[in-house]
Amino acid sequence: MFKWKTDEFSWVDFTIDVLRVLIVLGVVIGAWNTLSSGRISLAQWVNLFAAGLSQGSIYALIALGYTLVYGILLMINFAHGEVFMAGAFTTVFFAEALNRTGFLNEQPLLSILLMIIFAGLVSMTVAILLERVAYRPLRGSPRLVPLITAIGASFFLQYTFRGLYGSGFKAYPQVQILQGVISVGGINIPIVQIFVFCSALVLMLGLYWLVERTRIGKAMRAVSENKEVARLMGIDIDWVIMFTFGVGGFLAGSAGVINGMFRPQGVNFFMGFIPGIKAFTAAVLGGIGNIPGAMLGGLFLGVIEAIGPNLVLAGLGIPGANQLKDVIAFTMLVLVLIFRPQGILGERLAEKKA
Amino acid sequence: MDLLRSQTAKTILLLGSLSGAFILFTGAVGMIAAFHEREVVDRFISLGQLLLIIAPFVTGYYAAGKLRALGEDSPVLLIGGITIGIMTAAPSVILLLFNSDEFRFLLDLTLRLIPFAAASIFAWRLHRAGSETQMAIAVWLVVAVLVGIVTFSFALIFEIKGDLRSVLVNINREWVDVVTFDNRKDLARGIGAFSLISVVAGFAGSILYLMPNLPRRALIYGLGVTVLVGAFGETVRLILQENIDRDTLKEIFRRDTLRQNAALALFIISTVAGFLWAMFGRQARESFHSINVSQRRSLNIIGLVIFVVFMLALPWLIGRTLSDVAVTIGIFVLMGLGLNIAIGLAGLLDLGYVTNYAVGAYILAVLTSIGPLGLFKGTFTFWMVIPLALLAAMFAGFIFAVPVLRMRGDYLAIATLGFGEIIGKLAISDWLKPLIGGAQGVQAIPKPILLGAELKNPEQLYYIVLVASLVCLFVSIRLNNSRTGRQWMAIREDEDVATAMGIDTARAKLLAFTLSAATGGVAGAIFAAKVGTVFPNSFTVFISINVLSLIIVGGIASNPGIVVGAIVLIGMPELLREFSEFRFLLYGALLILMMIKRPQGLIPSKIVTHEVRTGVKPKLAGAE
Repeated sequence: MFKWKTDEFSWVDFTIDVLRVLIVLGVVIGAWNTLSSGRISLAQWVNLFAAGLSQGSIYALIALGYTLVYGILLMINFAHGEVFMAGAFTTVFFAEALNRTGFLNEQPLLSILLMIIFAGLVSMTVAILLERVAYRPLRGSPRLVPLITAIGASFFLQYTFRGLYGSGFKAYPQVQILQGVISVGGINIPIVQIFVFCSALVLMLGLYWLVERTRIGKAMRAVSENKEVARLMGIDIDWVIMFTFGVGGFLAGSAGVINGMFRPQGVNFFMGFIPGIKAFTAAVLGGIGNIPGAMLGGLFLGVIEAIGPNLVLAGLGIPGANQLKDVIAFTMLVLVLIFRPQGILGERLAEKKA
Repeated sequence: MDLLRSQTAKTILLLGSLSGAFILFTGAVGMIAAFHEREVVDRFISLGQLLLIIAPFVTGYYAAGKLRALGEDSPVLLIGGITIGIMTAAPSVILLLFNSDEFRFLLDLTLRLIPFAAASIFAWRLHRAGSETQMAIAVWLVVAVLVGIVTFSFALIFEIKGDLRSVLVNINREWVDVVTFDNRKDLARGIGAFSLISVVAGFAGSILYLMPNLPRRALIYGLGVTVLVGAFGETVRLILQENIDRDTLKEIFRRDTLRQNAALALFIISTVAGFLWAMFGRQARESFHSINVSQRRSLNIIGLVIFVVFMLALPWLIGRTLSDVAVTIGIFVLMGLGLNIAIGLAGLLDLGYVTNYAVGAYILAVLTSIGPLGLFKGTFTFWMVIPLALLAAMFAGFIFAVPVLRMRGDYLAIATLGFGEIIGKLAISDWLKPLIGGAQGVQAIPKPILLGAELKNPEQLYYIVLVASLVCLFVSIRLNNSRTGRQWMAIREDEDVATAMGIDTARAKLLAFTLSAATGGVAGAIFAAKVGTVFPNSFTVFISINVLSLIIVGGIASNPGIVVGAIVLIGMPELLREFSEFRFLLYGALLILMMIKRPQGLIPSKIVTHEVRTGVKPKLAGAE
């Protein structure tokens, strides 16, 4: 871990090691203070953990899109957060319409399923268009070029949807059966959190099946392994890349609906930016290009984000710790990039490229 | 069928649908209606209507060139122009019909037919490609159900909501007014007018292409100048107001718009001037090139003197409002030059540049403020704090640079973006509120005082920005040509090779980050002094994107490019206020477009151009 054993002294390594010690100290002291003060009961910790898991499963769904694209094209699709926003923002209108007809509460599961498909297909369309218009002409150019394009696409999409649907916040209607809590051994867990976690799990299993068990999944794996050879084997690379973007988009769109159930407020044109960066963090955390890694990374990030401020920051005596949730997530991002760019499940790929 | 498959038809159809999509898109995001507020020529044409005309006109012209290159005759070119006119109007006309009361059923019908059409196309193509019948039927079913879910949902949304407008907020009355050329009541007439104008514009575009060279160039020049002066009427009036008397001004402008007579006169004058330039321009250029070296040098010196005098006199020529814009542009030029040290010279894509800007601004605010948050209540002046802001920003740049020294390319970009977001969240948090005021920020920052006079007007602040920019320009030119600059260039090209050549990459990269941060800090301090208050909301990721865009658009590593980029990207939204709402839409589109079509920027640096031209394109990324 520490590089003292190497012969040559490098002050960059030294600084990074000091940083490492400082962070470990901060986390330990903060956690010790909080735990010894006993301000937060066990039930509250469990609640925080459950909320973190649900938020994390949303991150995981978005992160899968980053990871799929990175696995195949080795590019960061920075505009993926906006793909998520496109589905979530468009589906608000559908959810409202369903609610107005009363169908939403008569057939809640069926309507949510319809909403997920609707949002997924909308996001899929956006993702495929994005690939076709912005990324395909740049395939094979230096690595920063598609990144800058992606940043441009991100802002272009944000402001397009702002122009289409307006700049105000919209809210998803409440679904009756998702309200309320389930009590397990004196701990109350909101039903909606269980719903979010389960539906994300189903989608992820679906993706796993698609990638591991189907013909097109095999083609995707082949292309991510080696494009030239895949082409020689008769795989249509353009189609596989488009399909990959489409699948990533579908997952992001469905994450948009699930997010809408979980946090009904706050759907607007800027909603995809921060979750986008966080999902990227999750993807890197799990080892970018690695599908189970993205799932784990998402859940891990969600939990850290929920528990971190209360455990560490509050313990260090920082007021308004929950405001700094995003700071925890972004610090995680930077720390992972510094200390373990290959992620938890460590693909060598990331280390070689980054 | 064969006709449709020909290259000619493909070109026309592609360009026509692009132009149609452009008009539909600008309408749907509200650009056309917003631009309608600005009249280009008084009681004659607005900027929104101009957009409707320019799209088919330019596309018609461009298509004519493409068709000529395919070897087509003049009649085909004209037919192409007309087709493009029709195709430009068509999507918006369909949307108009969907939006009207009488033809709403069409929307419903279309949405219900789309899934069957889409499924049939898919299945047909599979069938043609030789798939089995069962497969084609299965695909038909899947596509029909999936697309059906989307379009039937949309049908439900529009049925429940009652109209398009409650979903697409900008398909509203103003939009209908503009595209029907004020015939909202009589839709048939409106659609007729819109289509006719569009067709005429497309036709005119192809006619313009067929004209002989001289009148064509003269006309393009005349039209361009008139449209520009008309669109930026307010700016032109503000400039003229400083320099000519009120009565003459009233003859030319009615409030901020060009009068019809003035526009006509301007068009004639500029066309004639364009004609003369087209006839004698080449001779003039040739005679300039043929003069001997000493004469040319003295001409250059004269040019430089004129330029310097112009830059010094600028605030007095353009008045207060425009000076304010000039200061804003100057601050962004400064930041552009600074960020260019990292991005352009050393190739480090830093997306957290706003950090340095914020550090500079907050340092100045906290040290000089006479409000409750000021630490020294006026003991420190602007001039004492500027070096401190510079040092603080350098320090911040250094601190943030050390951990990311080992990262490359896209990871570096995302990590710096993360830093920018962290700083933004910290600035707004309760934790640092006692120090920097949370969301309320720091108020009451005094203006700089020079020789006993308070520099409170933008005209005076302009000189501070000018001096700072010139210093930064000088430093970055000298750096670029120094040993360090060469090291940066080596790192930009290939870091591994640079290390192998014995370059201390860590040191060189740190230097690039710190110097680039220093400039950002100064820009932030000047910004704080200009505005007088510092809010966290002024320091979002948008600043970083703004600066990045102006560097990319102007030209990476090109100093003149950065100035031009700042004038276009920062100045235009400030001068054309209708535009400011869409600035990030434009930035996004420009970033994509520049990367695809012209990665070296508008005014490219020589080295980058060389790299782009001769650079051996790698094969598919990751194929190695």
